[in-house]
Order: sequence, then C-alpha cells, then structure tokens
Amino acid sequence: MSAEAIRLDGVEKSFGAVRALAGVDLVVGVGECLGLVGHNGAGKSTLMHVLAGALAPDAGRLSVGGIEPKGQWSAASSQAAGIRCVFQELSLCPNLSVAENARIVHGALRGFGWKARARALIRAKLDEIFPGHGIDPDDEIADLPIGKRQMAEIARAFTVTGAPLRLVILDEPTSSLDAVTAEQLLSYIRTETARGTAIILISHLLGEILSASDRIVVMKDGKAVAARRAKDFDRTSLMAAMGSDLNEVAVSGHLRPAPKPDAAVAVRARPIGQPAGAELIVHKGEIVGLAGLAGHGQTRTLLQIFSQANAQVEGPAAFIAGDRQSDGIFNLWSIAANVTVRSLRSLTRHGFVDPAAEAKLARTWRDRIGIRTPDMDNNILTLSGGNQQKTLFARALASNAKVILMDDPMRGVDIGTKLEVYAMIRAEAALGRSFLWYTTEVDELTHCDRVYVFRNGRITEAIDAADLSEQRVLQASFAESGA
Amino acid sequence: MTNPRQLRAALPFLTLAIVLAATFYVQPRTMSYFGLNLMLQYAVPIALATIAQMFIITVNDLDLSIGPFVGLIGVIAATALNASPALGVAALLACVLAYGLVGALIHARNLPSIVVTLGLSFVWLGIAVMILPSPGGKAPAALKAFMTVQTPYVPFPILAAVAIGMIVHLALMTTSFGVIARGAGGNPKALARAGWSMLRTKIVMYMLAGVFGLLAGLALLGLTTSADAHVADRYTLYSIAGVILGGGEFIGGRVNPLGAVVGALTLALAGAFLIFLRISPDWQIGAQGAILIVVLAMRALVTYGEKRS
Repeated sequence: MSAEAIRLDGVEKSFGAVRALAGVDLVVGVGECLGLVGHNGAGKSTLMHVLAGALAPDAGRLSVGGIEPKGQWSAASSQAAGIRCVFQELSLCPNLSVAENARIVHGALRGFGWKARARALIRAKLDEIFPGHGIDPDDEIADLPIGKRQMAEIARAFTVTGAPLRLVILDEPTSSLDAVTAEQLLSYIRTETARGTAIILISHLLGEILSASDRIVVMKDGKAVAARRAKDFDRTSLMAAMGSDLNEVAVSGHLRPAPKPDAAVAVRARPIGQPAGAELIVHKGEIVGLAGLAGHGQTRTLLQIFSQANAQVEGPAAFIAGDRQSDGIFNLWSIAANVTVRSLRSLTRHGFVDPAAEAKLARTWRDRIGIRTPDMDNNILTLSGGNQQKTLFARALASNAKVILMDDPMRGVDIGTKLEVYAMIRAEAALGRSFLWYTTEVDELTHCDRVYVFRNGRITEAIDAADLSEQRVLQASFAESGA
Repeated sequence: MTNPRQLRAALPFLTLAIVLAATFYVQPRTMSYFGLNLMLQYAVPIALATIAQMFIITVNDLDLSIGPFVGLIGVIAATALNASPALGVAALLACVLAYGLVGALIHARNLPSIVVTLGLSFVWLGIAVMILPSPGGKAPAALKAFMTVQTPYVPFPILAAVAIGMIVHLALMTTSFGVIARGAGGNPKALARAGWSMLRTKIVMYMLAGVFGLLAGLALLGLTTSADAHVADRYTLYSIAGVILGGGEFIGGRVNPLGAVVGALTLALAGAFLIFLRISPDWQIGAQGAILIVVLAMRALVTYGEKRS
C-alpha cells in the first residue's frame, strides 16, 4: 500500500485535563480529497496542528508515504515532507508583500533574483486557482481585504519549488471567500487531486464537503467516529454522525419552571451585520443560550450588548469571561479582591473602601457559591481552575448586575463545578436575573429557555426549549452551501 | 491625492528638509561644505546606533542598553585596542557575541527585552567605568583619520549616511534573509509554522545590532578622540527616536532603514538648529522632544487619514 499520502495511528493529545485527541486513526490516499467534519472541540484543529508539526502528539504514530519519518516531527520536517496548511487564523505576515510571504514557505527562494521568481511563482498560482483575482504580488498583505488575503494564502499553499506537494490541509478555506472564488477553489481542488496531491478539507459548509470530497471522516470527542465515501453520506446522515444524544443531561436542564411569559424585556439587541427583523430578546428571569460553531459572532454580540451598542439593556450588566487567564482574573490579587472588584462602589464609606464590608461580601459568596479555600485573602492563583471560574461567577452575581453575560465560561471546568454553577444560575434566574449564555457545549443549552444559533455573525435560528435538539442546533450551525 | 502610505514614507525626508531649511535660514553660513561637515559629523555614530536599534525593533524588541554599549566600545577601543591590538579586537568581538547571547536568552526564556536590556545598560556602563574611571584614553590614529577624512565636493558625513542607509536597505528590504527577519516581527507564529527557527533569527538580529553598536562606538571615538564611559548615554533614546522618526513602528516588523538614517540626521541637525537659536542647553532636550512629538503627531494624522479612506 504505497498509495497512501499520510497515515496516523492512535494519535493522542491532551491539554491538561482536556483530551483533545483520544486515539485518532486517519489515512489519506494519494490524490484523495478527504472531508473532515465535526462539532466544536471535536479535535479537528488539534489534528491539523499535529500534521503540520506545530504540536507534538503525546502518543501514536505517523507515517508519510508509507515511511515513518526519522527524528522529531516538526514544522520543518512537515514542510520538507510536502505538507502545507492553510490555517483558520491566517498565517501571513501583514507587513510583507504577497511575494515575500511566498518566500517564507519556500527555502529555495533565495539568492540572486529570488524576488522575481517569487513574484512569478505566486502570480502563476493565483492565476491558475482564482482567474481574475486582482492581486499584485507586490501588494502588502495589510493593504488587502480579508478575502484577498485568504486567496493569497491558499495560492501560497499550492506553490511548489523544491519538495513536491504531498498533502494540503485547508481549514475553513472559504470562510472569507465569496461564492465565485469559493467555487473556483473547489474546482481547483479537483484539478489538484487529479495531479496526485492529497487534500484535507475542513468546512462547516456541508454542501461544500459533500460535493468536493471523495471520502468524509467525522470526528467527535477527539476520535474519528465515522469514515465513508462521500457518496454514501447525505446531509442528514452526516448530521447524525456528528451529533450525540443529550438525553442524560437534558433531564436536569428542563426541570426548571418556565418564567412568566409576560415578564419585562431585559435585553433587546441586533448583532452587527444582522439584517433588520431578527432580534435577540431576553426577558427578565430568562436564561438564553447563544449557540453555533465557535467564532461565529457570539462573543462579539455579547461584547456589543455589554457596551450597549445597538442594544437596549435594562439595568446594569456583568460579563463573565471564558478566557479567565487573559480576560477574567487579576492574578496578583487575593480571592476576596477578585470577587468584590465589581461591587466596590457599594462598599465605600466616606469615599474609601470599607474593609469589613468587603470581607463580609467575599465570605458570603464563598459560602453561597462554594469556593474551596481556607482563606479568601489567599492569592487567586492558589485556586484550581474551576474555583477560579467560580470566583468570576461570584464577582458577577455579588454585584448589582441584573443582566449576566457569559462568554463560554465553562471551558476546562470539571463536571462537579459545572453542576454547582448550573444550579446557581437557575436559582439566580428564578430571583429575576437574566442570563445570556454563549456556550460551545450543546449539553449546556438544555438549561436555556431559548437558544439563538449563530452563523457568520448572524442569528440563523431561534429555538425554544421545548423544540431544542442537537440536530436542530447542528442544522442551523452548518449551512447548506456557501454564504 | 497621493497614496497615504507614500505620504507616510515621505514624511521622514520631509521633516529633514524642513529642519535643514530652518537651519540654513537661521544660520546661512552652515550652507557650505565645512558648515555641513561640522553640523553633521556626529550624525554618523547616531545613525549607526539607530540602525542597531532598528534591528532589535524589527523583531518586536527594544534595546535600552545601546547607549552605554556604544560608550563601552569607545572605552575599549581607546585603551585595550591601543595597548594590545589582539586583546582589543578579542574584547570587541566578545561584546558582539554577548549581544547574540542576550538575544538567545530573551527568546529562550521569553523575557521582556526592555527589562533585560535596562539591566544590561548598567552592566555595560559598569564595565566601561571600571576600565576607564575618568575620561581619557586615545583613539587609534587610523580611526581618527577615517572619521575626519575630507571627501571631494560632498562632506564625508553625508556620504557615510547614504552608504549606511543603502547597504542596510539592500540587506534588510531586498534579500531573502531580510524577508525572514521582517516576517519574524510581522507574524512570528507564521514563521515558526513555516519551519524557521525564531531563536536563530533573533540571535542573528541581536548580533547585527551588536555589530552596528560596535561601529557606532568606533565612529564616535574617531570624532571625540578620547573616550568617556558616559559619552553616549543619550544614544539609547536618540536611537529609538531615530527609528520612529524614520517611519518605523515598535511592533509588527515595520521598519525603514533609509528612514532611520534620515531620522538620525534630523535629530543631529535639530541639536545644531537649537544651538543656533541660542536656546539654553537646559531646554534643548525638551525642545528636541517637542520636535519629536510634532513629527509623530503628523504621522498619526496621516495614518488616521489612511484608515478613513
């Protein structure tokens, strides 16, 4: 079997307690276009980074063209083996020209006249893939709109100087392309595979995957759970392969009594770019979920509501960050100070913070939300990740905020903590607080009274709790065809 | 209307022209071979130090030790290089090597370059004071002769500045290595993904900075003829100001060697201009700062226009 371009056997990768890849087996044949689909956190991106040599796997084997590479698998050896990646976040240097960016991936573009060769190389490839692209090789990347940057990066991945092209990985390549250029790319994929290059295509556009791929692999929870020829899949069966049953957790979610239907509106907002008509509405005492694939405008909409741009918010709002290291905790402060910072104004006496009142508030919330520490004056970093996240919840809930915005706050939190926090959220909602909850975990949506699904920065569907199913969320997250 | 990017690229040259015109207006006698020579001779070491700083800024770091480093080089060259040329050369090369090691350390341990180089500035100064506690020493005769050479028609400092700018421009802006160096500032992650060693790139850039710091120290000694550990303390800020005046930016690998040299010339000229205006030396630093702020404000305006269009 020398017809395989690349093969992975039992590849595993963990980040702390999170198991991103739980033993993946994957084979891509020479000249094959492999579609790779899966929901958030299924492990697609991690797998691609392993292939590109950007991440070292914890276990498992990798072979290229039937041969196991000698020595450490790295970005350089991946390049030398003819593997190229177009990552979701672009990998171009904005301060360099298109031709200069081509030079970066080609060690052979050097010496006298390298620039002329780089220009010719990238221009020829752009002409081949995207006829009428309108990009000059001397254009600086920073000057190009996002769509043209993506075109430049895609073209760069397919250019060849030294090592022949073996495998090109395209991670959401059409996310910034318009319908015409996306179609140009898909037809080029067929040309390229006919030449013997293997391609891995990752996309949330199922129509694209179904039409362009020869074979489709579905990933879930860090494993490849289904692999069939593209002809044997259709939208429904693909959805079914991606989904999982959410009945177990669903029970706890739906026990909540529905809020009064005539409650006042707490938040009314329209995401940037949303056409008139569709609106996001949260009533007092409601828990509203924001769903969809990661990075499709949910966080942006939360921030938009927080800054009250194009949004009406009744009463003060608080924001609970998901990326607690960079947006959440003050890591030089005590746990108590981290809890009370949002409420300092109500803790002042004669213009100074009243230490006794501050300590009392911190103690109250330690007991209410169950922060596990002997002393609230300890540094915040003495807590586990889950307890740090509880501290952020305490900060928001201890404040006067009536609307709580949550930006996927349960990332990397253990299940015990999650259950405690779920109970807390429901108790607070019963007391009349409103919650807007962006989550990448479909299970968590069962706690919501209503779910808005986002795609490409817009709300594509609003689902009431009674009608909620993973099928429907997936269906709304993955588009039929190009946007 | 011209492209705002071109306008921004032209800004350093425009600034130099304005300062030059103002100087000629205040003191017409400077509009001569000897006048220019006198006014601009100290621009050569400043330009070299500015280029050194530019290499560091290219990879998104900042060097707060270049001034004392230039002073140390001068001290070594005025003492050891005379007494025992072999030892002197070895000491100077060791200084350049030390720069490379600092670059490696900053990258490998992910340290903030500002803190490391701020600490190092005291190390360089300390070593220089230990070698030469009070001003003294003697510049090697060849160095003195080179820095005061009388070139025909065009004064030496101008030729030197043009040569420095052109050479570095060719090396950094047009070679295939230069692309990697600037890319390391623009998107280090992308570079690492393409299989380039960031460590190696940083070491090379820091060593280049060391080489140009060395040249700056030698050039300055050739002019002052005797050494002083403190002679170049101000160069740290001059060099940063020169890079920024020349159109460079602190992060993102956006630098402009020709602009940086022009920025250094502008700073040197501004000093002379203020003397001609009989501004007391106490106020000169403040006045130079004011010029810097005006230029940067102009650039901010141009950038603002660029964003709006």
